[in-house]
Amino acid sequence: MSETRNIAIHVPVLARVEGEGALHLDVRGGRIEALSLRIFEPPRYFEKFLEGRDTAELPDLVARICGICPVAYQMSAVHAIEALSGIDPGPWVRAMRRVLYCGEWIESHALHIHLLAAPDFLGYDNAIAMAAAHSEALRRGLRLQALGNDIIRLLGARSVHPVGVRVGGFHHAPAPDAVAALRARLEASMPEAEALVAWTAQLALPESDQDFVSVALRHDAEYPMNAGRLVSDRGLDIDAAEFDRHFEERQVPHSTALHCRLHGEPYLVGPLARLNLNADRLPAATRRLLDAAGLRLPSRNLYHSIVARALELHAALVEAVALLADYRAPGRPCTDAPVRAGIAYGCTEAPRGILWHRYELDAGGLIRAARIVPPTSQNQARIETDLRADLEAFGLDRPDDALRRRCETVIRNYDPCISCATHFLDLRVTRS
Amino acid sequence: MSRRVVDIDRARPRVAVHKFASCDGCQLAFLNLGETLLTVAGLVEFVHFAEAGPVDPDAEVDIAFVEGSVATAEDCARIARVRARSRYLVTIGACATAGGVQALRNLADVGAWRDAIYASPQYIDSLAVSTPIAQHVKVDLELWGCPVTSRQVLAALRALLFGVAPVEDDDKVCLDCKRRGRVCVMVAQGIACMGPVTRTGCGAICPSVGRDCYACFGPAENINTPALGRWFEGLGLAPSAVARKFLSINNGAAPFTEAGLRWRARGAPDGEA
Repeated sequence: MSETRNIAIHVPVLARVEGEGALHLDVRGGRIEALSLRIFEPPRYFEKFLEGRDTAELPDLVARICGICPVAYQMSAVHAIEALSGIDPGPWVRAMRRVLYCGEWIESHALHIHLLAAPDFLGYDNAIAMAAAHSEALRRGLRLQALGNDIIRLLGARSVHPVGVRVGGFHHAPAPDAVAALRARLEASMPEAEALVAWTAQLALPESDQDFVSVALRHDAEYPMNAGRLVSDRGLDIDAAEFDRHFEERQVPHSTALHCRLHGEPYLVGPLARLNLNADRLPAATRRLLDAAGLRLPSRNLYHSIVARALELHAALVEAVALLADYRAPGRPCTDAPVRAGIAYGCTEAPRGILWHRYELDAGGLIRAARIVPPTSQNQARIETDLRADLEAFGLDRPDDALRRRCETVIRNYDPCISCATHFLDLRVTRS
Repeated sequence: MSRRVVDIDRARPRVAVHKFASCDGCQLAFLNLGETLLTVAGLVEFVHFAEAGPVDPDAEVDIAFVEGSVATAEDCARIARVRARSRYLVTIGACATAGGVQALRNLADVGAWRDAIYASPQYIDSLAVSTPIAQHVKVDLELWGCPVTSRQVLAALRALLFGVAPVEDDDKVCLDCKRRGRVCVMVAQGIACMGPVTRTGCGAICPSVGRDCYACFGPAENINTPALGRWFEGLGLAPSAVARKFLSINNGAAPFTEAGLRWRARGAPDGEA
């Protein structure tokens, strides 16, 4: 019998993710015996304290679930309420909501690419350490992030927890001169977004080939944000109201985020899943960049997520410029939504993937029950499956520090927003 | 709360940004600075700022910024360690300063909530209440706002680097509206606005887009919540709706808790108050 060795590594906190989590890895006889991504972000019970609130309060309350993607929460909520109410807020509201969402995608993707993910592929502990050697790339990223925030500010008055969105539309319409000034800056930034795509495509990304299910919204004509049917690359094609018939949320002992599965299996949501299912809906200019980047789709390599984010950032910039052309302020920036009792469903594409909401409303317009399924709880099972396969391919005999870095890199591919899902990586490896 | 000024003798002061129960939105006051973030990183050394990368939660620092409320038993122990290792402690945002929107649990049966969401509640570490940092340790400066702005955080940081006491404005949103020449949404449109009792600092953004202030910067100094509640009632709000106005983002701030519970009791059927 060979000598048995137990090693336990304790890394205090998983850095460069939004929220707090930990990873427990148990290695025996050269194989992974147990692996669990622990999420210990304290529960905040949002779904419960939404009960008894008026639907008019929803955009301000649900925004507080996530400081990085508050627009996504506002969008899924207002779409749900409007669908039940049976109103169509019209083309101006629809276009401006898409512009607002473009702002959030640009801000969130730029933040993730530069401050969270890129240090992994360039060999730094964090972006500040990367600043000296990659100053121009980092500064370009921070400028793009600021530009995304400025788009949100145009329609929402501030970039974190914006205040412009209401059920039925917006509280105000921006002035045409403010729109024209921002649009000119967006156009002038296009070369920076193009350079960003090329920069991510030349990063030394690891090879990986895994079989997984991609899930995203799909729209007849657009790259999906606010509207579309829920589809997968295995034939799923449903309305948001049918979610519960195909997806199941369950609690696992190690996490305050519920795990969600599709037909019992893990699945992927987010930029790479969207791109795998919707590349034909990208603007023509973004498709040219995709071709030049040499990214073959569908991709089975989650490390391509950073390139997917850069492509989506570019697409969002192109869209925002197009949607803000020939801008005119409407007579009234919203439509009244009559109160109706019933069940309201909404699903939109948050930067990290589909965000599904369900509300039960009473005849007075008060919320009787709420359920929110954020992207990170949907990706959690997929992250665990990915880690098992990736680490076994990477080699479990590597030093603990190399294993920890690899685990963190894999997890960051998914840009988990643990605040949304309910905290960072505390890795324990036990070997025998 | 003291206004002690920290003696910083290091050329590059050591700074930590800690997170408790929150949405991560107040840390973005740093991460959304654009290229200015690199300037700030030159002025101070971020020794712990998990979302930005550096992780050393137990490091001794000159200034600690704390986001989030205390919501678990582990949080109680952690905030005590943060305090012991920080010369100057600044809370950022509604969660750290007043318990956050999640402090609504303090007014409800949290055990029933946990059991309704989680099938196996025994795995969940959750206190019955969500409480502000100052309820657990001494806080040197509180920055209100949901979220705090980059301007607030940079002004506080710059003042501390100069060795002077940071100034926090506690005027009402109404005064900011007047200075900006905004038409009052309550007087002109009959919209139930929380501006008369809410601390300024946001730039009066909600009235500026034609809507009601919803008090995300918390209570201003010397406020009259009973008078505002009666105004709201005069505008046609039911007592339960008036209660919800106070029991929202900053429900844990004492003047708002008190006003909200009073209106909630008025709205409840006899015997249920």
